[in-house]
Amino acid sequence: MKKKALKEFLLQGNEAVVEGALRAGCRFFAGYPITPATEISEQLSIRLPQVDGTFIQMEDEIASLGAVIGASLAGVKSMTATSGPGFSLMQENLGFAIIAEIPCVIVNAMRGGPSTGLPTSPAQSDVMQARWGTHGDHPIIVLCPSTVRECFDLTIKAFNYSEKYRIPVILLIDEVVAHMREKITIADDEAIDIVNRVKPTVPPEWYIPFEDTPRGVPPMADFGEGYRYHVTGLTHDVRGFPTSRPDEVDAFIRRLFRKVSQNFADLQIGEHYHVDDAEVAIIAYGCVARSARRAVADCREKGIKAGMLKLNTIWPFMRTDVEKVLRQAKVVIVPEMNMGQISREVKRVNKGSAKVFTINRVDGTIITPQEIMGRIKEVF
Amino acid sequence: MIEVTKLIHNYLRHDKKFPHVWCPGCGIGIMLGALIRAIDHRGYQKDEIVLVSGIGCTGRLPVYVDFNTLHTTHGRALTFATGIKLAKPRLKVIVVMGDGDAVAIGGNHFIHAARRNIDLTAIILNNSVYGMTGGQYSPTTPYGMKTATSVYSNVEHSFSISELAVTAGAVFVGRGTVYHAKLLESLMEKAFQKVGFSVVETISHCHTQFGRMNRMGSAVEMMQWQRDHAVTVEKAAQMTEEELKDKFRIGVLVDRNLPPYQDEYDKVRQWSKGVERK
Repeated sequence: MKKKALKEFLLQGNEAVVEGALRAGCRFFAGYPITPATEISEQLSIRLPQVDGTFIQMEDEIASLGAVIGASLAGVKSMTATSGPGFSLMQENLGFAIIAEIPCVIVNAMRGGPSTGLPTSPAQSDVMQARWGTHGDHPIIVLCPSTVRECFDLTIKAFNYSEKYRIPVILLIDEVVAHMREKITIADDEAIDIVNRVKPTVPPEWYIPFEDTPRGVPPMADFGEGYRYHVTGLTHDVRGFPTSRPDEVDAFIRRLFRKVSQNFADLQIGEHYHVDDAEVAIIAYGCVARSARRAVADCREKGIKAGMLKLNTIWPFMRTDVEKVLRQAKVVIVPEMNMGQISREVKRVNKGSAKVFTINRVDGTIITPQEIMGRIKEVF
Repeated sequence: MIEVTKLIHNYLRHDKKFPHVWCPGCGIGIMLGALIRAIDHRGYQKDEIVLVSGIGCTGRLPVYVDFNTLHTTHGRALTFATGIKLAKPRLKVIVVMGDGDAVAIGGNHFIHAARRNIDLTAIILNNSVYGMTGGQYSPTTPYGMKTATSVYSNVEHSFSISELAVTAGAVFVGRGTVYHAKLLESLMEKAFQKVGFSVVETISHCHTQFGRMNRMGSAVEMMQWQRDHAVTVEKAAQMTEEELKDKFRIGVLVDRNLPPYQDEYDKVRQWSKGVERK
């Protein structure tokens, strides 16, 4: 086997997103300036033209996601990056990308809210906006890194999932991870697994653009390749034409959900850290998982059987893994930088075997290992 | 006439369920006819045309024709079109919008697509009202007119879509009416030939909503109103301000040359690879 060439970098989380995006094949970025996501725009404005890609700064976030969807429909892997307020503006076109099944990646570097909130301070308060921000019933895939290396890996994953399942994928980063620097080692391109959308293999006259398939994902023809078809934000039949026939609408919406639900196993990314024999387990994500790891290590030194389930996939919710932890541990603590968005999900799937406690911070500062230790001592 | 019908049928989607959504007498059909004839005259391949629309009566236009067609969100058509054009510059991108779509909810996108000189053609059907939702006033509803949301009288002032386009930097701006169908067709052809952001404002009528509420009569009578109130640019140049009161100009309002965005961005690509800036 050929030895993989490795390169070392000292990168910011946002910069690692850029590296991941470029290696995933992203060649189009449209965005609007917003803290703490600007480094992604700035870097891509330098890097994309070098690889014959396109960077454009649009008039707002609505326009940014519109341009991203257009570029993806023309066959180019595309992304945008924003923060909470901009993400709110994108919800309209996010729904369009979902109903029209257009692959694209949206980075939300989370800051404190609501509204303008805390522009330069971290938060994890967009977990539910990412899930339900756009109107209507819909599935979504949301990933959350807690290290710079994961920013790189999960950006590639985000593109791969979006191409594989024809769905927008959201990368939720908190301001801490977006801005901190770590050394990361990146292998050469050929060592990285890249997924591209499945294109039709039938001649244009046989192409049924929104046909159901065993995976639930129809092959996608790029605009301008001879497959002339209609794309709409209206509920549509398998040909892409608007329909309000209950049977067609029902089959369509259920297929959208099935794309995600029947591929659940493929979408679960997490880390089990000393969970197997844990009596007290922490379920954490983003920068808080870093503090939780330290707290677990400190507990173990003191002889307390602690463990952590780190969620890298936020949506679809990692129910199977969480349930396992809830069965295993006596006490489960969910620390998060919001008033309890993932903890609500944990409580929802808890069958009563474990006691679930939360730690909530909404003051723009991170949850420290000491704080988690303190809570463990309090409740365990 | 048979020849024209045949030509139009060449471009319709015959697997799409008809009838269409528009009211009998609507001007959108005339605009669609002009659009198809203009595309046919220019000799474009169906595969190279991307027809993008927003929401509203005009937004429903692309579904009926056999191109790459995209029916987007309300007001955002130009943003999707921008992405398509920049990702695949060889495609001919045409955007159709209504007045509310283009200059109310989409006003900001309209200004900036023009300012950037994105190489596409925006065709805007201006019928002075939101038709699909039941006839509410739009940014082009004249002062003093009645609509479903200004039953007493509209107290807002309207603005001119074409003049907005000129100011924002469009390289070609033409205005026609659905009464002057041949002129409309020629304006579209000129717009398609232009490299850069081109606009064709199409003055039309909504007899179902706007006409009814303002007692302007049938579709035919409203088209007669277009005939009587439109003045060609050439003729208008010979007329006084007083004579032009209550009239609007039709024809080519602006035709100028500026490099389109994709050419400018190609320079960025060169500079990014170390080519010296001149």
